[in-house]
Amino acid sequence: MINGILWVLGCQLVGEVLVRSLDISIPGPVVGMVLLFGVLSLRRPGSESGTLRFSDGLLRHLQLFFVPVSVGIMVHASEIGQQWLPIAGGLVFSWAAGLVTVALLASWLTRRRGAEAEVRG
Amino acid sequence: MAETLDFLRDSPLTWVFVTLAAYRAGLWVRGRTHGHPLAQPVLVAAALIIALLAVLGIDYDTYMTGGGLIHLVLGPATVALAVPLHRQAHHLREMALPLVVALPAGALVSIGSAVLTVRALGGGDALQNTIAPKAATTPVAIAIAEGIGGVPALVAAFTMLAGMLGAVFGPWLLDRLGVQDRRVRGLAMGSASHGVGTSRSLHDSVVEGAFAGLAMGLTALLTSVLVPVVVALL
Repeated sequence: MINGILWVLGCQLVGEVLVRSLDISIPGPVVGMVLLFGVLSLRRPGSESGTLRFSDGLLRHLQLFFVPVSVGIMVHASEIGQQWLPIAGGLVFSWAAGLVTVALLASWLTRRRGAEAEVRG
Repeated sequence: MAETLDFLRDSPLTWVFVTLAAYRAGLWVRGRTHGHPLAQPVLVAAALIIALLAVLGIDYDTYMTGGGLIHLVLGPATVALAVPLHRQAHHLREMALPLVVALPAGALVSIGSAVLTVRALGGGDALQNTIAPKAATTPVAIAIAEGIGGVPALVAAFTMLAGMLGAVFGPWLLDRLGVQDRRVRGLAMGSASHGVGTSRSLHDSVVEGAFAGLAMGLTALLTSVLVPVVVALL
């Protein structure tokens, strides 16, 4: 388990150092995620690996870790009240636009690939 | 007595305990409602803590002496998202073209339309930067907002709302579009509504859930690359 914690924290640390020294705007933990993905692809650990068990444990209670940030809403309550229209409009419209774009493009591309395979087959 | 109360207010232990207890209550509510999409443990927990702090007259900074310790684990938990992505990696080749084309297009549309709609309806720069990363999974969206001058507390709320929209209305909208391929439905749900959408997809079909998880991971990556660029251009 200690090894698992070291791998996860180590990937984040390297990620944080990389984004700062290269001055890129991607969050450090996201770079850490890419690094850990690379490590897992190379080492292919078994299901008993500490890294997998530690990560699964963190992810089972992922919502716990954004409770403190969410409590910060109390500081912004009046802002939300004043700007409810752009908030609600932006959220609903961009959510639907993103979902529709992915759904239509992906179904067109998979259907096209399916049709090509039939012609070749 | 006053000394004891001072200790309780100033000790991080109190606020770590309160946060865990409130989250536990959130899990209980989710269990009682059989996993209803609106019963997210984080929302129940945050509402309980905000109510408690308001009653006791405690400010957010005091709460964060303990809350900050739990917040620290958000980084490693984000890194841990590599594990489900690793488990779905064998799907990468099967759907390579849709993944490479549809997911970046979806992320661009989602970020761009969020910024432009907020601007058109009279929202300021800070609000635009806060709503732009909302399609990414919450920990990543928070980190992005911190980086570009958004408001992390609000992005957490917006992201949860985007997730709930997906869990409640996503399958309905996909039916209206006539999308029946479970793989495509999963990609759309995971890319627009991250983990909350993924759990709904998983509930509907294992295949759909796997693709939703894959789309969630890749969209988190794409969003963190694209948000700073799109925000600078628009």
